[in-house]
Amino acid sequence: MEEVDVEPSTTVIVDSAGFHRKHLGFEWGPGDLLVYETNYKLQGNESCSPFVHIVRRDEDICSPILRKLFNESHLIFVGLQKIKEDIPSKNKKSQFVSISKNYRSVIRACMEELQQNAGKRSHDTHHVSILLAIELIWNLCEVLFIDTAPAGSLLLHLLDWVRLHKSDVDARAREVLQSDSPAQHQSYWDVVISLVLQGRTDEARQVLSKQASLREESSSVFKSMDGLLQTMPIFNPTGTQTLTEFEVKWRHWHEECDRCLQENTFASNRHLETICKILVGDEDTLLEQKELLSTWYHFLVTRLLFTHPTIKPPDLHYYAQSSMNMFLGPRASPEPLDIILLSAFEFDLHQVIKDCSIALNNWWFVAHLTDLLDHCKLLQSHNLHFGSNLREFLVLEYASGLFTHHSLWQLAVDYFDHCPEFGRVYLELQIERVPLDTERKAIKVLRICEDRQMSEQVRSICKIMAKRALRNNRLGSALSWSIRAKDAAFATLISERFLQDYSNKGSFTDLDLLDNLGPAMLLSDRLTFLGKYREFHRLYGEKRFSEAARLLLSLMTAKIAPRSLWMTLLTDALPLLEQKEVIFSVDQTYELMSCLEDCFSSVFQDEDIESTKTELLRLALARNLTMAIVKEGTIET
Amino acid sequence: MDPIAKYISQKISKTRWRPISPALLQQPEVFATGSWDNENNSVSIWSVGEHGVSNTDGEFDEEPQLLCASQHDGDVMDLQFLDQDRLVSASSSGAVMIFKLQPDCQALSLAHVWERAHRYSCDNTPCTAVVCRSPELVSVGEDGRVTLYKADQTEVVRVIENADSSTIHAVTFLRTTEVLTVNSIGQLKMWDFRQQSDSPAQILSLTGDRVPLHCVDKHPNQQHIVATGGQDGMLCIWDVRQGNTPFSLIEAHSAEMWEVHFHPSNPSHLFTCSEDGSLLHWETTSGSDMSTLLQIPVAAQPDTVCQQPRCA
Repeated sequence: MEEVDVEPSTTVIVDSAGFHRKHLGFEWGPGDLLVYETNYKLQGNESCSPFVHIVRRDEDICSPILRKLFNESHLIFVGLQKIKEDIPSKNKKSQFVSISKNYRSVIRACMEELQQNAGKRSHDTHHVSILLAIELIWNLCEVLFIDTAPAGSLLLHLLDWVRLHKSDVDARAREVLQSDSPAQHQSYWDVVISLVLQGRTDEARQVLSKQASLREESSSVFKSMDGLLQTMPIFNPTGTQTLTEFEVKWRHWHEECDRCLQENTFASNRHLETICKILVGDEDTLLEQKELLSTWYHFLVTRLLFTHPTIKPPDLHYYAQSSMNMFLGPRASPEPLDIILLSAFEFDLHQVIKDCSIALNNWWFVAHLTDLLDHCKLLQSHNLHFGSNLREFLVLEYASGLFTHHSLWQLAVDYFDHCPEFGRVYLELQIERVPLDTERKAIKVLRICEDRQMSEQVRSICKIMAKRALRNNRLGSALSWSIRAKDAAFATLISERFLQDYSNKGSFTDLDLLDNLGPAMLLSDRLTFLGKYREFHRLYGEKRFSEAARLLLSLMTAKIAPRSLWMTLLTDALPLLEQKEVIFSVDQTYELMSCLEDCFSSVFQDEDIESTKTELLRLALARNLTMAIVKEGTIET
Repeated sequence: MDPIAKYISQKISKTRWRPISPALLQQPEVFATGSWDNENNSVSIWSVGEHGVSNTDGEFDEEPQLLCASQHDGDVMDLQFLDQDRLVSASSSGAVMIFKLQPDCQALSLAHVWERAHRYSCDNTPCTAVVCRSPELVSVGEDGRVTLYKADQTEVVRVIENADSSTIHAVTFLRTTEVLTVNSIGQLKMWDFRQQSDSPAQILSLTGDRVPLHCVDKHPNQQHIVATGGQDGMLCIWDVRQGNTPFSLIEAHSAEMWEVHFHPSNPSHLFTCSEDGSLLHWETTSGSDMSTLLQIPVAAQPDTVCQQPRCA
């Protein structure tokens, strides 16, 4: 058993019925917990609450909007599994990136819909913040692990990442620009600084130009700032410039900015001075902008932008750790999200996955992310000590959770299919426990089992349905289920039931079934007998006596008929024997006689009725024999 | 034209276009869906093409929009429009319900329920299918009963008890007083309500394996031609006047066929959908069946298909 390295959090189960007593018993189910009060330490006349409570662990699964997330991501998951192994790795990488983007767009769509519905349920706002965090983490993982940008592009991607997740800047910029006098707007300088912090120099220049047009005397200052912003080098990954060339250019520019600062060029305007300090990468100035930066990772990226734009992936974690410390200060303790992001910057995938698993109450995120990373061959394939690898473990956990849902179980089947080691076993166990209210649902479940050659489960489910049908006297249904499962034993049971009904009522029920058994008759001996017996009755009814006689005899001699019914069969032969015409031939009569003797000796009956019948039969047989001998001995003239 | 897919938060078992009055020339724009396998199922009304204008080919570019919905007790096993304003549903709880739709499609409410129309002595059993020919309704269920109702009467008109020893999966009207049912031992049975006896007027089945039949549909113009589909995915076209064998047998699908429909105004076209995930469009050429096969693969298993009349 692994040691727990994080204190498990306490979850309070609120119950309106009131658990008065303090002693609770519980039992784990596949996704739920059953909780009840126990009698332990009960005093006097006190009694327990007689209720058993079901505590659901994962409430996300019940949200109708999140359901779409599960459905759409299922489609993406299945598509990912189908990517062939043999295509070159460069193409694969772009495919993986696009799949990652697909996942993220699904998360975003879900988030937008939740935001539209916000206010209706308090759960929804909670879900929105969780989805935001998930998308943030996923995006960072995509940048660092899947897209694996080298130095130079890395910073550009990180800038995109930050811009995407700090969207209020655009709204504020719009507000300022659309106002009557933008330069006088109270948020004017905040907007300019925010844009600079995000590296959006062109837009910053645009907003600055509003100011410049107003004041003539300080226009030279603004022109210099404009110049600095314009000449800031941005690495172009598709261009011909190498990283070293870019570095040189950037150094030049940085020195230029530094020189401006030394020469106090912007001393007249403190805002411009602040901007210049930012451009130089002065950490204290950056820290002063805490409110505009709002998160430590924004601080990190901005800091890198203005001090180390050619940062290499392995060096990232230095800056990440120090940025976080600087930003949050010595007293503040980092949130779980911060720790996860820090682990990502340190390229510690396993830690990211582990922390996410603990922080979230649903396996959706870790399962899909790990699966994608596994496809990128980023996870070392060390086996967990209970057999499967990390990816399979997480996907199995997620799918098992899905299976407990009354409707999403069909999705889980595909997930199990793509777990090579334990998926099939899990599926076999779970599929039998899907509640089957209607035949249609049972048919769908059976199709799933049959497609995967799970014959045990097919038999078991068909047996459940057949038993249910039998209990409700639906013999035709029961038979059709036995035929599907090719269950001879059950078919025998059903036939016994028919024969029982026949001996009780004297006639057959469900003639439409018996008359039309067709090749299904061959499923079990008893069933064949039943079909043929019914045919005998039909032939008799149609007065086709010789055929009926032949059939009856064959039933007995071919030993299809059970011994217990031979007496009945022989009694059925009686009216045929008593016909005016001779129906049974000599040989047939001899056979009948031997059957009768067989019957008499083996089946014990000492009742008078039986012996009277035997007497009658013997008499009839003897008479028939004489007539038959005479008939066959007569030469036709 | 590419199909438009929209994710909604429920699994749909049946979908039907709302009929429009024959005087109008426009295409139907409103359809109903019924859900299944939810803790709370519902019947919903949707519209296409209300926001965007459908372009000249009659194609819709917009996603369907939800107009109204109503709670439904039990899975929706079958759904039929009785007329423009009324919708009949067959429930897995054994009830048959009539829903009334407001003329402007703003609300859907339950107008009438026949509870326990299908039942065992101590249990409920699903009603598997319902068919209407206004004002009459016929429902069939897993209990093997065939029940005849009139839409405006609370009492059931007629029940054929123990019509079948196995589950009846689908039913269709042949003539005003005749229905055809298919069951899970592969038989087609004709029932004539004019006759007093509770036994079928005719029984047809395939010689060979008794494969359960799941769906049946009558040719719109010729009352004796029916199409059936079953568990093995075979599409059979029968002439009920003659004999025990279908005159056409096609291996349509590799899994259960859930629904088969003739095109209402263009009966040489047939549509089938199946558990194997495909929706197929068939066309007859010169009297005998089969030829072109236009396959439209769908991501999940379709349970239901319904065409608009008058689509090109």
